[in-house]
Amino acid sequence: MKEYDIVIIGGGPAGLAAAISAREEEIENILILEREDKLGGILNQCIHNGFGLHIFKEELTGPEYAKRFIDKVLKLNIPYKLNTMVIDFNRDKIITAVNEEDGLLEIKAKAVVLAMGCRERPRGALNIPGSRCAGILTAGTAQKYVNIKGYLPGKKIVVLGSGDIGLIMARRMTLEGAKVVEVDELLPYSSGLKRNIVQCLNDYNIPLKLSHTVVDIKGKERVEGVTVAQVDENRNIIPGTEEFVSCDTLLLSVGLIPENELTRKANIEISGNTGGPMVDETMETEIPGVFACGNVLHVHDLVDFVTMESMEAGKNAARYVKGMYEKKGEVVELTAGEGVRYTVPVWVHTGNLGDGVDVRFRVSNVYRDKYISVYFDDVRIMHLKKRILTPGEMETIRLKPAFFKDRTDIRKITIKVEGE
Amino acid sequence: MIKKELICIGCPLGCSLEVLVENGSVIKISGHSCKKGEDYAVKECTNPTRIITTTLEVINGAEAMVSVKTERDIPKDKIYECIRALKGVKVEAPVEAGQVIVENILNTGVNVIATKNVARKA
Ligand SMILES: Cc1cc2nc3c(=O)[nH]c(=O)nc-3n(C[C@H](O)[C@H](O)[C@H](O)COP(=O)(O)OP(=O)(O)OC[C@H]3O[C@@H](n4cnc5c(N)ncnc54)[C@H](O)[C@@H]3O)c2cc1C
Ligand code: SF4
Repeated sequence: MKEYDIVIIGGGPAGLAAAISAREEEIENILILEREDKLGGILNQCIHNGFGLHIFKEELTGPEYAKRFIDKVLKLNIPYKLNTMVIDFNRDKIITAVNEEDGLLEIKAKAVVLAMGCRERPRGALNIPGSRCAGILTAGTAQKYVNIKGYLPGKKIVVLGSGDIGLIMARRMTLEGAKVVEVDELLPYSSGLKRNIVQCLNDYNIPLKLSHTVVDIKGKERVEGVTVAQVDENRNIIPGTEEFVSCDTLLLSVGLIPENELTRKANIEISGNTGGPMVDETMETEIPGVFACGNVLHVHDLVDFVTMESMEAGKNAARYVKGMYEKKGEVVELTAGEGVRYTVPVWVHTGNLGDGVDVRFRVSNVYRDKYISVYFDDVRIMHLKKRILTPGEMETIRLKPAFFKDRTDIRKITIKVEGE
Repeated sequence: MIKKELICIGCPLGCSLEVLVENGSVIKISGHSCKKGEDYAVKECTNPTRIITTTLEVINGAEAMVSVKTERDIPKDKIYECIRALKGVKVEAPVEAGQVIVENILNTGVNVIATKNVARKA
């Protein structure tokens, strides 16, 4: 069995950043495994601009952002295998993969970085009744058709869900000559970025119908239209509001799910809140030497944060391999309190905070003029006024070592949204 | 005098702005909560611009399409014209990211450049 110091599963922005930072920590024996025929992950099909504002202070397109990291991986001579699908992974860090050249590959790794990204929630997960005809696809699949294959999958389109990919595709298909009739969103707010609502919908006069959903799909071989209805605050359909909208294609943009089949194979517990594994401040999962980062851990809206988080994972994987890895202090659990959906990490070691640990989280509703509070047990140690909090935007707070000074026996750290 | 309604994209707050425009210049802005919103309103009402991205067909390429963008932002009202001008443009492989595909599109002084590499078909 071939042995490696660090094996990285997935060659998207998360995997690339982890590989680069591990190499910068002088680990030579690294391998990236990627099932597609090129590195870069989902960014290859995201041809729009808006990537890299935080890290590079410029607006790059997806392929350009990916290229910066791919070029670096090539320059650092980090080995990778393409067209290689990892099919199994266990607690002894033995990885099984398949590709045409090697057939079945068994690899043993000292440390593993999980960077498999996420996939879109398919129609099956939604339970829309109606016909199973052609013309129903996820927004990301449509993105692949249009941007990679050069083929327009429909002419008259309804988008269900106002996630960023749906918004981006509403604009993209309009520019390619399709008519986007409307975007329907079940919730009373959009989970998409403001910028995308303005520049992808408003710029093209595409209506966004909030508190609306598709209740039926009509068509025999191909979609002929959908029935759209309004919902009340409990998301129940308001009778009498049903309206038939003629279209030949329904695009779904109804959320992303971290791709954790492999994580489950190793029996790593998956958080019900993020859909990803639980990690501590080093991005390490419950199995020593197994790290996770990027969309496989929790769904990110900005790739810049994927890169930052993954750099951290790669660095810590390297330190683990070098035996320089020591987590001092006690383990304290982080919990999502009132108004907070989840936190990443889920645990921190009080003596391992360096110059601070970033805790990323999402709120569960839209809040105006509220506070983000951090409690150590019952003591409030941070209180930040926020004019707006929305589930669509990831929030970050930094736990500084100073907070822990003179405090022992902290059992629980809670992050919550408070009125005052 | 015309009244324009905008949503500021400066931050997640997304303030609804009302702008009064006369003879092409902004005379009054309301609804903003900070300077950024003011700047945005002026820009959007006097000289709105966007970067345009699309894909073009590749001839003899290892891949079917190459993604391209306008190197800088161009006037918003030229979006469709720009897309139309690019319709049917084909690029011979190999293509390199950064390569100029169309010079000075629609006389805007802005080039359309490739955003990725496409190798020649083997
Ligand atoms: C359609 C879309 C549009 C987006 N638009 C924006 C935007 O405008 N701005 C922005 O900042 N961010 C955007 N994002 C977010 C950003 O692109 C992602 O957060 C980022 O790509 C996540 O990186 P990742 O490496 O975690 O995942 P991915 O990019 O998904 O990479 C994961 C990689 O792992 C590989 N993989 C998975 N399983 C296996 C396996 N078993 N074996 C081998 N390889 C495997 C996959 O093939 C893939 O290449 C968008 C995301 C999507 C999905
Ligand atoms: S005006 Fe200021 S506060 Fe309001 S959305 Fe714009 S940037 Fe945000």
